[in-house]
Amino acid sequence: MRLASPVKPSSAKTEQIILFRVSGQLFAVSSASVQEVRSADSMSGAAIEITAPGIRKVRQVVRRGDRSLFIVNGAMHFGLHAADGALLFVLRKTRTALLIDGIEKMATMTRLQALPLSFCHEERQWYRGLTALDQTVVPVVHPEGFLSPEELASLDAALLQTDNAARAALEETNSAP
Amino acid sequence: MTVATELDLQSFVLLRLGERRFAVAAKQIAELVAPSRVFRFPHRTPKLEGVILRRGRIVPVCDVSEMLVGKRLTSRRFYLIAVRNYGTQREWVAIPVTGECELINSEMMSASDSDAPHVAGWLSHDGDVIEVLNLNTLTPGPGQSLAAPEAQETAEARP
Repeated sequence: MRLASPVKPSSAKTEQIILFRVSGQLFAVSSASVQEVRSADSMSGAAIEITAPGIRKVRQVVRRGDRSLFIVNGAMHFGLHAADGALLFVLRKTRTALLIDGIEKMATMTRLQALPLSFCHEERQWYRGLTALDQTVVPVVHPEGFLSPEELASLDAALLQTDNAARAALEETNSAP
Repeated sequence: MTVATELDLQSFVLLRLGERRFAVAAKQIAELVAPSRVFRFPHRTPKLEGVILRRGRIVPVCDVSEMLVGKRLTSRRFYLIAVRNYGTQREWVAIPVTGECELINSEMMSASDSDAPHVAGWLSHDGDVIEVLNLNTLTPGPGQSLAAPEAQETAEARP
């Protein structure tokens, strides 16, 4: 008689997350998605002002070699009350540096539940899903969800315009008697 | 032959929103629960308040009172947890109600073309004519984001 092979206890897949606040609201992001955590002040010196039509959440850009990182104000992105962010998350594999209030803590996520289908607007791009931690529900953000391809194209165009204006101003200064 | 089979009786849950009563097919109801903490986070979908935790599941809370009785509920006694269909997928949605719910057997009259989309039919109970709700049109879902683009533009984030 053959016995059914015992079912291996499945090792629960866990993920390290960082809980952070934006305008007082709690969010989570996978720690693997965060490349760097910087104070907002440390970046502001190197930041260039930028204005792209219709994208109020991005006011500054930071150059890093041949890459440009757009600083996204988290409060404006989520439509929360404007707050001066204190920290920046440089998000891996994106061109986003996210301005947040601060880090709450690190935690281990054991289950990520898909965003219920009732949520059917922009939040579907914002969040990977929801997780329950200590009897609280926290949305887990999507690192690529802060800037859409259209917004990135618009920001790149605005950046080019800013660069051209700066170049023209420099040439004018140099050619002045 | 019994009267019940002749009349094609179905089970409905009667719910109360303010002064009015509505009905939902009992097969669409998962349970009736006491109000619990609503977890809110930013989103842009109208009518959704947030989510509740129920038996380890995260259930969206959808207040349908404004659409049905013209004002938001100021108090709520229970959440009626209903099953919402999204094509082949089914999910729970919690609907706040203001009073006790009641299970009845009744015959439903089909809705006519002139009825609002949220009316699945009508039934008569205790001298009242009661709307049977079509939750698929009353609660938000992927189709509605396409059907109502203006709502998407004007909706504010709901922290």
